Amino acid sequence: MPIVTSTLAAADAARSLSKEEIQRYSRHLIMPEVGMEGQLKLARAKVLMIGAGGLGAPLGLYLAAAGVGRLGIVDFDVVDFTNLQRQITFSTSDVGRPKIEAAKERLAGLNPQIRIDTYRTRLTSENALDLFRDYDIIVDGTDNFPTRYLVNDACVLTGKPNVYGSIFRFEGQATVFNYPAGPCYRCLYPEPPPPGLVPSCAEGGVLGVLPGIVGAIQAMETIKLILGTGEPLAGRLLLFDALAMRFRELRLRKNPDCPICGERRTINQLIDYEEFCGIRGEEATPVTNGISEMTPRELKARLDHGDDLFILDVREPHEYQICHLNGHLIPLGDLPRRVSELDSSREIVAYCRSGKRSADAVEFLRQAGFRKIWNLKGGILAWSDEVDPSVPKY
Amino acid sequence: MAIKLEIPTALRPFTGKQASVESDAATVGEALRRLTATYADLHKHLYTDDGRIRSFVNIYVNDEDIRYLEKENTPIKDGDTISIVPSIAGGRRR
Repeated sequence: MPIVTSTLAAADAARSLSKEEIQRYSRHLIMPEVGMEGQLKLARAKVLMIGAGGLGAPLGLYLAAAGVGRLGIVDFDVVDFTNLQRQITFSTSDVGRPKIEAAKERLAGLNPQIRIDTYRTRLTSENALDLFRDYDIIVDGTDNFPTRYLVNDACVLTGKPNVYGSIFRFEGQATVFNYPAGPCYRCLYPEPPPPGLVPSCAEGGVLGVLPGIVGAIQAMETIKLILGTGEPLAGRLLLFDALAMRFRELRLRKNPDCPICGERRTINQLIDYEEFCGIRGEEATPVTNGISEMTPRELKARLDHGDDLFILDVREPHEYQICHLNGHLIPLGDLPRRVSELDSSREIVAYCRSGKRSADAVEFLRQAGFRKIWNLKGGILAWSDEVDPSVPKY
Repeated sequence: MAIKLEIPTALRPFTGKQASVESDAATVGEALRRLTATYADLHKHLYTDDGRIRSFVNIYVNDEDIRYLEKENTPIKDGDTISIVPSIAGGRRR
């Protein structure tokens, strides 16, 4: 089913390739599966990338190199040192710049003959439909559940295919959702995980090459959709396990009861996806739940004063190796069975990287009967900012 | 041993880091119940409080989703692979 030609006006069909373009795309042109016709389809194609991060990096590079005529990139973030391990569009000198600005410069340098439109914004329920309408294919390279459901719903409502890729540590998933008459993301996963069950930063992280592989698969599927060549990865969920170096494929079916693409649609417009994913509630509770917080400066002052404080580190052992505040290490997940190591008569200050896991630890210990327990506000990150800049941030 | 359960990366912390577990159960439901009996911490990640499989966790026998077979009553036979496939969103940290 041709994805691109159906949405294209015939107006620019007469476009031909310049001598320079013929040279640039020579390795495409000499293949019958692409040829002059395919290369012109690429030149006329309009692809919107959601996210210019780990998945967006190989995706943007390959789509630009392949000569996709119009590339849109949506991202609100700035380049950070921790991005450079996997987001290969960026240089060290890009740190601090808006991602879309750095990405545009890099992609335009790679291929000055394509049009690159950048949108420095979060994708929201207010802007998604208008943005999507201008493009033929949407490529989802985001890193969070609310945006995944938003991209899906907006693709279904505007009738655009959604080239999906997702990663976690050493594992990736890819498929093409909303290919004509095919399943959508909600057919696969009707609901997101509640925030408490989403793996925490202790279990998170990603091997840098993984988004490279998954993003390259998304680029390949995007180009196949544009060319109308081969068998699209629709109705199939590709699973990739990098540690085992194994690809598997599962059947993906359209759910007849799907609330957005099923026979009886109950979702007719974009909703509040943060609320749908339960995120507002989660952010509100831990802070207002009466958990006692101590700021890094207060902790420093009390330690300097010689107060008897028991410092509890609830991170993972491999994080302790990166940096620590001389705390007693009990990873959050081990706390229930190691709680006997703690003395409830002493004052305890719990910390983690950012203060979120330790807030969970404080809440758990309060329920277990501990009363003199504090959460280090902002965790090691805040300690590094406010007390001791020699402690590395990670 | 009859069948293999594939454990996704996200749930391996709850199975002693094992990537797969063998079982000789006769149905998908039985295999999952035995798995969560062995690895109790896994239970809340697979089941809701009222005992239903969570909607962000899909279970496959070979390449087919059990929602389109006989759900948890889906029979399994020698050599089958049960895959647990939770939704993943990316590397964002808390």
